[in-house]
Amino acid sequence: MIIKVQNLSRQFKSLTAVDNVSFSVEEGEVFGFLGPNGAGKTTTINVLCTLLAPTSGNASIAGFDCRAQPDQVRSSIGLIFQDTTLDTGLTAYENLKFHAYLYNLDRKLAEKRIDEMLEVVELTARKRDLIKNFSGGMKRRLEIARGLLHYPRVLFLDEPTLGLDPQTRNTIWEFINTLRQRERITVFMTTHYMEEAENCGRIAIIDHGRIIAEGTPAKLKELVRGDIVRISTDDDPKAIAEIKGTFDIIARNENGGLFLETERGEEFIPKLIHSLSMRTRSVSLEKPTLNDVFLKLTGRTIRDDVLRDDKEVTREFVRSHRRAQR
Amino acid sequence: MIQLRPIYVICLREFIKFFREKSRLLGTLARPVLWLFVVGNGMSSLIPPRDGFSYLQFIFPGMIGMTILFSSIFSSISIVWDREFGFMKEMLVAPISRLSIVIGKAVSGTFISVAQAVIILVLIPFLGIQITVMQFFEVVAVAILVSFCITSMGILIAAQLTSFDGFNIIMNFLVMPMLFLSGAMYPVTSMPPALRHLTQINPLTYGIDAFKHVLLRNGTPPLGPEFPLALDLLVVTAISIIMLTLAALSFRKKE
Repeated sequence: MIIKVQNLSRQFKSLTAVDNVSFSVEEGEVFGFLGPNGAGKTTTINVLCTLLAPTSGNASIAGFDCRAQPDQVRSSIGLIFQDTTLDTGLTAYENLKFHAYLYNLDRKLAEKRIDEMLEVVELTARKRDLIKNFSGGMKRRLEIARGLLHYPRVLFLDEPTLGLDPQTRNTIWEFINTLRQRERITVFMTTHYMEEAENCGRIAIIDHGRIIAEGTPAKLKELVRGDIVRISTDDDPKAIAEIKGTFDIIARNENGGLFLETERGEEFIPKLIHSLSMRTRSVSLEKPTLNDVFLKLTGRTIRDDVLRDDKEVTREFVRSHRRAQR
Repeated sequence: MIQLRPIYVICLREFIKFFREKSRLLGTLARPVLWLFVVGNGMSSLIPPRDGFSYLQFIFPGMIGMTILFSSIFSSISIVWDREFGFMKEMLVAPISRLSIVIGKAVSGTFISVAQAVIILVLIPFLGIQITVMQFFEVVAVAILVSFCITSMGILIAAQLTSFDGFNIIMNFLVMPMLFLSGAMYPVTSMPPALRHLTQINPLTYGIDAFKHVLLRNGTPPLGPEFPLALDLLVVTAISIIMLTLAALSFRKKE
């Protein structure tokens, strides 16, 4: 077990950001924390990377205790934070060199390693360019190269593709996967993008500081038995009652429509539309995704939180960011 | 606890950035030139020379002190900048001590301030002052001490600031008063008692007085040095040690 977390809690005054969380990660695994913003993902990472002391419980990485042996833990991990932590006034090479010195890499080895990592993330041509002139995707790639520069055993990725466009997101993941195999590292990541969580070998779904489900993506999807049918009608409350009466299925309100779970959705839809007394506006069928797993477990969608409460989330974001830095 | 390679590379980063930002260098050099030749010449017509020193020559040690004050504060405020733009995290998660970060920032801030103070010395021929090689090195020595003191103070302040909002407050309620209550532009001993007490707790007062000892060698108050040199050096050294210790402690707690 390269990461071992037992009954970990972290409180900020009255707020319990991480609530009695336990999990462990095997060497070589890609383990993901999936949950909405403010669920406690970043706080967990901050405890694991020794930026925050836990209120209670234990965490260890590569056999080193996060509280008692912070320097050994720090040497064994590479970190990529939500927001970029590059110095934009320095060049790519200077940023990497700074990192090499902080981690006390041998000078000659450092030069070789810097060139090697720049090559892998395809930034060799930009070695002497200032970070100011880099795109978001290039910055992320450089951060990945930097995070792996000192041969860590675990790479932490906190929302690695936040704010990047889908195409760049895919490229970043190609790099992460290449490097993971090349360097034989364990990856611990957090995300609130479902598609991104699919990259994980194993996922823990976290909400309000607690792990509410854990397993492989396929296994988690089994929690949502059957398919998802979304329907919107002229009279949703009445439709809920009718669906309950006819099929004995509970339909729930979601995003101004109805949401229900059934076996063999494609056969169910015609029956459903036929049985309803009001006019159907739209209907759609969806095979289960991790988002549905989350919805099933919590009654909310992850994206919902982001859309509905963008301002609040942003505020929470800033707060958690500030907290992390204190 | 003190790791030399991280300290070295933290300093190196500051130097690279300092020389890359030409506007910052220009700004710190333009300010004393403006004070000296515009304000200094203007005031000279009001204040007659004494002991062979003109008002222009009198404010020169103060202008070195001012250059150090602004440069040191600016260097240490870069900690707030680093925190705001995330780079601080890169240092905080590295296997290095908080003390190494503080020392790295203090040493680099000191060097940058001293470099700027030395550059100001090229104005000497325009002021009618003559200095020996020995005096030059004395100025550098005092500059190192004063720069270190003010940078440490700046780091202590920066450790308390969580955002840039506090920066203007620091400038208006600390840096400017420190300059005006330091003896840079007028002698402090002739000030009203209330203000005089404030000047006595200002480390810059003693730093500038030490510069006056070196540069206005035979001067007497009000235009010459006002305190014994030993007292100046003692106070600046003591405040440096206190400030750096407090900075290291508060940095450890805050981050």
